[in-house]
Amino acid sequence: MKSGSNLEKVLTAGHFALTGELGPPRGTSAEDVKKKASHLKGMVDAVNITDNQTAMVRMASWAASLLIMEEGLEPNYQMVCRDRNRLAMQADILGAYALGIRNMLCLSGDHQKFGDHPTAKGVFDIDSMQLIGMVKKMRDENKFLSGADLEESPKMFIGAAANPFAEPFEWRVHRLAKKIHAGVDFIQTQCIYNMDKFRKWISQANDMGLTEKVYILAGVTPMKSVGMARYMKNNVPGMDVPDEIINRLRGAGKGKIAAEGIKIACEQIEEFKQMKGVAGVHLMAIEWEHKVPEIAEQAKMLPRPQL
Amino acid sequence: MIVAKRKPFDEIDNMLKGYKKVLNVGCGTCVALCLAGGEKEVEILNSEIDMARKLAGDPITIEGITIERQCDREYLEALDSKVEEYQAILSMACGVGVQFLAERFPQIPVFPAVDTSGLSANQAVGWYEERCRACSSCVLGLTGGICPVTMCAKGLYNGPCGGTNQGSCEIDKNQPCAWYMIYERLSNQGRLDNILAITPPMDWQNQVPRTLIQPGYKKPEDVS
Repeated sequence: MKSGSNLEKVLTAGHFALTGELGPPRGTSAEDVKKKASHLKGMVDAVNITDNQTAMVRMASWAASLLIMEEGLEPNYQMVCRDRNRLAMQADILGAYALGIRNMLCLSGDHQKFGDHPTAKGVFDIDSMQLIGMVKKMRDENKFLSGADLEESPKMFIGAAANPFAEPFEWRVHRLAKKIHAGVDFIQTQCIYNMDKFRKWISQANDMGLTEKVYILAGVTPMKSVGMARYMKNNVPGMDVPDEIINRLRGAGKGKIAAEGIKIACEQIEEFKQMKGVAGVHLMAIEWEHKVPEIAEQAKMLPRPQL
Repeated sequence: MIVAKRKPFDEIDNMLKGYKKVLNVGCGTCVALCLAGGEKEVEILNSEIDMARKLAGDPITIEGITIERQCDREYLEALDSKVEEYQAILSMACGVGVQFLAERFPQIPVFPAVDTSGLSANQAVGWYEERCRACSSCVLGLTGGICPVTMCAKGLYNGPCGGTNQGSCEIDKNQPCAWYMIYERLSNQGRLDNILAITPPMDWQNQVPRTLIQPGYKKPEDVS
């Protein structure tokens, strides 16, 4: 075991993992975090806690991680390169580990231009690839990025994101290989809607032997509405939403669109369970945490393994 | 070359409040080429200032001079005998020129009339695109001659990120994704190996004021 986190245990034991996601509030309400967490308890193996997601200021990811730990959930602490330099990042990693955080997701971060402080100075001292390598160096070599010794290393289970859909498509599997080479233990993918393209990507990863070196969790976000599907298709960079998804949602008829969205997600999860190279699902029910129990149930992902 | 953009008139007008006699110094090299601060721009700005102050009932004497380069002592010398008669100096040079001028005449306030905005290429008359951030650690040999520090909005060394959008950057559909271009160019040259390897974290060199002394030269003891 690298970290002994619940997520690591579930994956190494060969169970099909399920992770969730929780966005901290734009304010100080611990209750808000705990309320969202209550929907996820017992439903998922770990919960991603986003870090100033979409470049909007929110409660610190480590703080919300602690709040959900108090509720008996395991956090997957997200860290973006946009807001911190290597000193602050390493300090936060040490602190997060000291407080019991065992999973980390290393991300570049959305550009600050998208958020509520569009003229902020983006840091990007290191990038997500280099962040993965830094956490691994701290964990496995007891060294800071500079090479200086560190006492009692942070034993993190190291995660990263992958977007199988962004252009150039041929490059995507090589980028995955780079992240594995950098030291990543698990990958959570961008929301998948284009199943054909995803099948192609995962089969490339299988052919290159990559799926034997890393656990890949397929990203699933159920569509709540036709408007959401259109928004994701047209406004979210790197997102690939085929028209057939939009047409299917539209065809479901008034009052039944959300249920159809969930149905599509469950069908995807069924396929992922059988798909070679996929070790689990990362369920991002955006501002829809209360639907997670229903989705997990319908996708036959319950009960979660207790290890 | 270094490019700059003239500051909004109100900002310049505001800086000059209270001064009755001002010298506007143009710079004949980079900022003249990019149409921001050469002889012609000095003349135009001075007419604007003159007119605005007259209209405001607070006339000003504003005169102009354009020297070859404000970042060179040799050319600044021409101002030595002139500046004393002015209460303030306006400089239309880049940030380097403004500072060099202020350093030479420390008793007189020096104000910038332009915003320096990059090391850019001239795409067409009046159209300049930034290409270099002067990071002191050039990686263009690895990246197919496309600078990720300047051209990638996140300055990534291991791109492209997941935000690349059919060849565009996530910040703007009209901004090409640097890493998409790097990938294409290296792919065409059969040099993708360059970016299959991980580029390690940068040793940033541009976090302190940099001094450059070429081999065979030394810093003079006294540089007055």
